[in-house]
Amino acid sequence: MDIGGVIDYLIGFAIMAMIYAIFALGLNVHWGFTGLFNIGIAGFFALGAYTAALLTSPPPDPDQFEDFIFGGNLANQDLLDLGVDAWFLLGLAAAAVVCGLVALMIGTITLRLNDDYLSIATLGIAESVRFFFLNEKWAANGSKGLYRIPKFLGDVIAPESYDYLYVVVVLVILLILFAAVQRAVRSPWGRVLRAIREDEVATAASGKSVFRFKLQSFVLGSMIMGIGGALFAHHVRFLSPLTFDPLLATFVIWAMLMVGGSGNNIGAVLGAFVVWGIWAGTQFLPGILSDPSFRLFMIGVLIVAIMLLRPGGLLGEWRRIVARSPAHSSDRDPAGPD
Amino acid sequence: MALLEASNVVAGYGETEVLHGVSIKLNAGQVVTIIGPNGCGKSTLMKAIVGLVRVRSGSVHFRGVDISGHDPEWIVRSGLCYVPQSDNVFPSMTIRENLEMGAFVRRDDYQSRIDEMFELFPDLRRSARRKAGTLSGGQRQMLAIARALMLDPVLLLLDEPSAGLAPALVEGVFNRIKDINSAGVSILLVEQNAKESLRMSDRGYVLSGGVNQLQDTGPALLDNPEVGRVYLGG
Amino acid sequence: MNSVSSQPQNLTWPSGRFLRRFGVGMSPGRISALLAAGLLILGFLPFTKLGLVVNGLILGSVIALGAIGLTLVYGILKLGNFAHGDYMALGAYIAFFIVDGVLPRVGIEGAGLGPFTFGFPVLIALPLTALAVALGAIALDALIYRRLRDRAASTAILMMASLGVAIAIRGLVQLIWSGETQHYPRESRQVYHLPMDVRIPPDGLFVAVLAVVLVSAVYALLTYTKIGKAMRATSDNPTLALVSGINTRQVVRWTWGIGGALAAVAGVLLAVVQAQLLPIMGWKFLIPLFAAVILGGIGSPYGALIGALVVGVSMELSTQWINPSYKPAVAFAIMIGVLLARPRGIFGDAA
Repeated sequence: MDIGGVIDYLIGFAIMAMIYAIFALGLNVHWGFTGLFNIGIAGFFALGAYTAALLTSPPPDPDQFEDFIFGGNLANQDLLDLGVDAWFLLGLAAAAVVCGLVALMIGTITLRLNDDYLSIATLGIAESVRFFFLNEKWAANGSKGLYRIPKFLGDVIAPESYDYLYVVVVLVILLILFAAVQRAVRSPWGRVLRAIREDEVATAASGKSVFRFKLQSFVLGSMIMGIGGALFAHHVRFLSPLTFDPLLATFVIWAMLMVGGSGNNIGAVLGAFVVWGIWAGTQFLPGILSDPSFRLFMIGVLIVAIMLLRPGGLLGEWRRIVARSPAHSSDRDPAGPD
Repeated sequence: MALLEASNVVAGYGETEVLHGVSIKLNAGQVVTIIGPNGCGKSTLMKAIVGLVRVRSGSVHFRGVDISGHDPEWIVRSGLCYVPQSDNVFPSMTIRENLEMGAFVRRDDYQSRIDEMFELFPDLRRSARRKAGTLSGGQRQMLAIARALMLDPVLLLLDEPSAGLAPALVEGVFNRIKDINSAGVSILLVEQNAKESLRMSDRGYVLSGGVNQLQDTGPALLDNPEVGRVYLGG
Repeated sequence: MNSVSSQPQNLTWPSGRFLRRFGVGMSPGRISALLAAGLLILGFLPFTKLGLVVNGLILGSVIALGAIGLTLVYGILKLGNFAHGDYMALGAYIAFFIVDGVLPRVGIEGAGLGPFTFGFPVLIALPLTALAVALGAIALDALIYRRLRDRAASTAILMMASLGVAIAIRGLVQLIWSGETQHYPRESRQVYHLPMDVRIPPDGLFVAVLAVVLVSAVYALLTYTKIGKAMRATSDNPTLALVSGINTRQVVRWTWGIGGALAAVAGVLLAVVQAQLLPIMGWKFLIPLFAAVILGGIGSPYGALIGALVVGVSMELSTQWINPSYKPAVAFAIMIGVLLARPRGIFGDAA
């Protein structure tokens, strides 16, 4: 592989790692700052990606897309000329809105109840989204998937330079989202979220509507995931329901946040790079080490090990986690101290 | 030798230390009452004695053995049984099943003990097949005490047995406690209802802010003007 | 055991409060009779096919075996075990290993035993598999969950760990047996034809009967044995169980043992009725499992049974109107419906 090839590979790697970093940020809002247990990231991933793709893709070729009736060709209609690929940005926004709405729906149903229900519901949503795109061929061509999803500024940029442009686009969006999340969690609003995570009962007792804050956090994190999905769509430019299997669309992201440290945005981004680096790197290893099943196994072991050894993650809010565990210890009785 | 002797017990929840060195003593056959304002650490002391809350420093000697640091199962086996203030029955289980659970560590036939409990609390016999969750507050309290008595304990710890009960029932509960004591079971009592409980106590302790405040015989504490002003509303 | 940070519902046999409102008693027997009657009526309605109800009951039996273990673990250990589906898959594959790799070496082979598609080897493998997964579940608890409980970790940490276990098991299964479809040695068999266009595959009958036997055994254990009562007590009130001197470690071992064994059997039966094994089969089954548990009220084994049958029948009946591949989504929809209408489950305590 020549130098140019190496650089191209690294650019491609960086794009994926940064897209994953966006997901890790979203998950950090859920789990790291609020303690919401979302195991259906794949659902928001897919919703975001499909929303952006359907809004921006060219009109379907009837020969290839027999059942495909949803136009998705809005971007190419003359009636709405928004200038240089404003549709790309509109797609990102739409992805965020769709994911936000779905999150609002699930959150409203489950967040008033015991914490566990949210996680089960997110799992259900992820699977349902997959079933939908798999079965409803009219919506997105079923298992054959959507392809030829347009590039951002595809008319202007030479195909071989696309990744160079796109890496910058993703970087800018990552930085914006990072700054936004960082600001949000440091605001009074973010402090309430952490208070909920540390001690929900006490926070509720102080007069805060725990439900409302949790719901806001769930919607915000899910919108970020939607944007990540949209960016993914314009990067790989091919989507099928099989793209969003739980391994690469949920578990890997959890591993990233776990490695990086929940409650730590820099950690979340670093974790994305480290885990994606390991993931991408190990495919060059010989034998069993590059076996996807082995890597799946290792991700599971990694999550368990982190839960056992450093529940705050490798770079986590370590002090907080330490401070937190005794509060839930055997000392604690439902009745509390007298 | 004291039956139960807690010395300089320090304990708490998480980062919060609730007990900062509490000492109490109870001799065999006695009824001892602990009173104090809310949050003074009365219930925490009970939980520390029975092993639900870790004793961070100090010691708890029961029959001459330091039981601090042992788990509740071990402590219960040694003859010290505890009735929590709330959530003190198994709601989805019948009265009989609740009593059986109280006898979990017994290897012998405890049927006769169940009958004794039904003698002591005739109300329970009548509804032996009812689920504990459907009982009234008074019946539930009786069941909770009966459950703790299934092991024939040497010492019974009662955390506010009269809490939330109608005044008419409170007297019944205290009469049962007297019966239990006269049958030879020593009793350590935490009570809000200080008047009633101090009257029947051999000894009383006043805790405040997680430390010992006062101690005296029960009747003497009742007469203590300071206690009267602060805790007895008199 | 000690973590009481967020206690879900208690283990309850159905209080049947909503049935009582209709003047119906609350005994498990009566509720089942009512349910059976309801399903039968449903089956005879002109717009439903009785055959689908029968299929649903068979599917429901498999769900029930998984869901009862899941709800016991949930109630007693306050852990929504995301690895439960993968315990099922693991069971299916261990049985496959025994049937395919071990028994042929000692000359035990075969398929098409009597009216069934599978052979005698599967019957031998069933108890061995149940034992293996039960021991595995107990070992995983000692290795992982007990440490987390001793550290008094929150329920979310416990669930996260169970997710890690789920992923690891799936990776392991895939690594050992590949991601390709496998199946137990089988011979095709005639289905029983009954009136009203009902067709029952003999395998389905086997599944249902075995499920009834096992569920009855669990019922007897929980109702009549000391350890079973201790399990219910621990689920009801862990702190009180502790100060009653109940050996909670023993209770935990039994809970995992029963849950693991039932999951293993459920996995084998699922592989039999689906006529195939896939590493993802357990993960895919999680939604019906949780739907059944939530429908029945978390911690209530009897509720889980009823919930499983309702979910199973609904999933099968739905295929009359919608694409069969939406079956899991139907389970999910039921679950959301329950969460909206009656979060404690239809048969849970309304506490």
